[in-house]
Amino acid sequence: MTAAAISARNLRKVYPGSPDVVALADASIDIQDNEFFTLLGPSGCGKTTLLRMIAGFEHPTSGTLTMHGEDLTNLPPYKRPVNTVFQSYALFPHLTVAQNIGFGLEMLGKPKDEIKKTVGEMMELVKMSQMADRQTGQISGGQQQRVALARALAPRPKVLLLDEPLSALDFKLRKDMQLELKRLQTETGITFIFVTHDQEEALTMSDRIAVMSAGTIRQIGGPRDIYDRPAERFVADFIGDTNFVPAQIAANTGNDAQVTLSSGKTVTAKMPEGAALTGKVTLAVRPEHASIGAEAAGLLPGRLSEIVYFGTDTHFHVALDDGTGFVVRSQNRPNETLPFSTGDRISVDFAPGVGQVLRD
Amino acid sequence: MTDSAPPASYATVAEKRASRVRWMLLAPALAVLLFAASGPLLITLVYSMLTPADYGGVIWEPTGDAWFNVFMQRDIFDDTLSWSSAHLSIFWRSVKLSLMTTVGCIIFGFPTAYFIATRPKQQRDMWMLLIIIPFWTNILIRTFAVVELIRNEGTINTLLMWTGLIDEPIQILFTEFSILVGMIYVYLPLMVLPLYASMERLDFSLVEAGYDLYATRMKVLRRIILPLVKPGVIAGSILVFVPSLGAYVTPRVMGGGNQLMIGNLIELQFGQGRNWPLGAALSITLLAIVMVALMAYVRTAGKEGPGHG
Repeated sequence: MTAAAISARNLRKVYPGSPDVVALADASIDIQDNEFFTLLGPSGCGKTTLLRMIAGFEHPTSGTLTMHGEDLTNLPPYKRPVNTVFQSYALFPHLTVAQNIGFGLEMLGKPKDEIKKTVGEMMELVKMSQMADRQTGQISGGQQQRVALARALAPRPKVLLLDEPLSALDFKLRKDMQLELKRLQTETGITFIFVTHDQEEALTMSDRIAVMSAGTIRQIGGPRDIYDRPAERFVADFIGDTNFVPAQIAANTGNDAQVTLSSGKTVTAKMPEGAALTGKVTLAVRPEHASIGAEAAGLLPGRLSEIVYFGTDTHFHVALDDGTGFVVRSQNRPNETLPFSTGDRISVDFAPGVGQVLRD
Repeated sequence: MTDSAPPASYATVAEKRASRVRWMLLAPALAVLLFAASGPLLITLVYSMLTPADYGGVIWEPTGDAWFNVFMQRDIFDDTLSWSSAHLSIFWRSVKLSLMTTVGCIIFGFPTAYFIATRPKQQRDMWMLLIIIPFWTNILIRTFAVVELIRNEGTINTLLMWTGLIDEPIQILFTEFSILVGMIYVYLPLMVLPLYASMERLDFSLVEAGYDLYATRMKVLRRIILPLVKPGVIAGSILVFVPSLGAYVTPRVMGGGNQLMIGNLIELQFGQGRNWPLGAALSITLLAIVMVALMAYVRTAGKEGPGHG
């Protein structure tokens, strides 16, 4: 196995100005070649700090950072084969579009012909060929975004860092750019490290996601792993909508467990990796993985308190008998009549193996 | 413009009122310019073409003598004409020292402004205050404070002799160098203020983008920071160069009366020299030098690189 494109070992960052706050707490991570890797978390979770460390703008308080086995920790940003797409784009306002894209190559001392050729290719790649001689102030936000991308890709970095590059774009443009970014990553074969607080963005684009909070990496995995098998409450809560169901472990079989719910019924649930949990636990159940039925049929009885129509699907809000709430989401079909109405006694049901036991 | 006027004319009424307000807002500044700038300038110009009276003032007899004497001199024995080497060397010293002051202020002021602009926001005002405080002190007192540092029996020489590095005091005071030191000290804030103003607006993510795209520190400075803070450099240079060229107090105190600059020469004509027309002609010459220098500077500085600086 070859060395990872980026390998972080126990990276720690405490800013001298605020010694009580650990911006990054001993983060370890391996990012492979040709991977679209996303750092996902709420603001202040340390994802940007980690990205800036890889870029070389921040120095770790402790820990090491290597690229393909070579130590990066003390290398200045201009010696790292890593380029960044900044959140604010940071295009040079005194240079034209073409000059911006060629800047990195020029600084690397490439010959003029080569710069011209590569800049042409890059403008082609991001569909900005018509704009070569424009000042950066004369183009739209979406176009600036493309120029920033082309500028960062032009020197052919080993790793491209993207710091919430889509956050300033409007909804429609953001959707287009998500696909565009994925296409660029596949076409160029460059490792992308993408920072975002938007879970949907992370799920649609990434090969793997690292969910972070309070300076710690909570879980690393593919979009499906993260969504279907959240390891802890924070991850389950941050990504998508989740019902949290109190439960008691009845029998533990390693990967699975028999859990007893508040209604006294028992169901099979998945256990988080490497966790030996006993006693009281919390079960995470996605709204679309559960269904409602007659009161006696399901696992958790309760009263249907609200029905909300969303076009593509309908949300059933259930007030369970144990006092907690539960939301069930079901996809709408044409000419459907709902079997229940608000106020009915019903029960919530989900299949064995759907519930995920959480580490707290 | 009566009430029965068609609606279209309301716009005209509003337009007229707006224009009246504009003139009223302009009036004080215009009055000052007219009476305090253009007026005296006109008088100076007229005086430069009159005959000097014996004890100062002018006699209303038009003559070109003063202008002739600014640039030329007639030998007292054989009446041959030659360039007025005394005046020309003073002009040259003034321009040279002013240029050196401007460059010196950039060299000292640029890192200072950069330092302040990169401090946390709440600290910047404190640093700017430290830059501005000397400005609240009388220029004469500030200049004499520098004299105390560099005179033969002053702090620096005493210290150097006490440590045994030198046996005799180094003559710093009353040289061109001491004038330069004094002027850089006095005018430095005028450079730092506009430089800081343009650096504070600088988006430092551009600096990071530069480093990220393989530019070394020097390249980032030359290719990104300098082009973007150029307006501040130009403004600061003008603010320093113009008063330097007409400086009077600093060269008088630090130069000890034998290293004259234009300001001192002009003062001499209105005072001891009792030649007001010559003083007036010299003043106009100073103004012309300033204008030519500024036009040349702004033209070359504005040309470099694309964009409009």
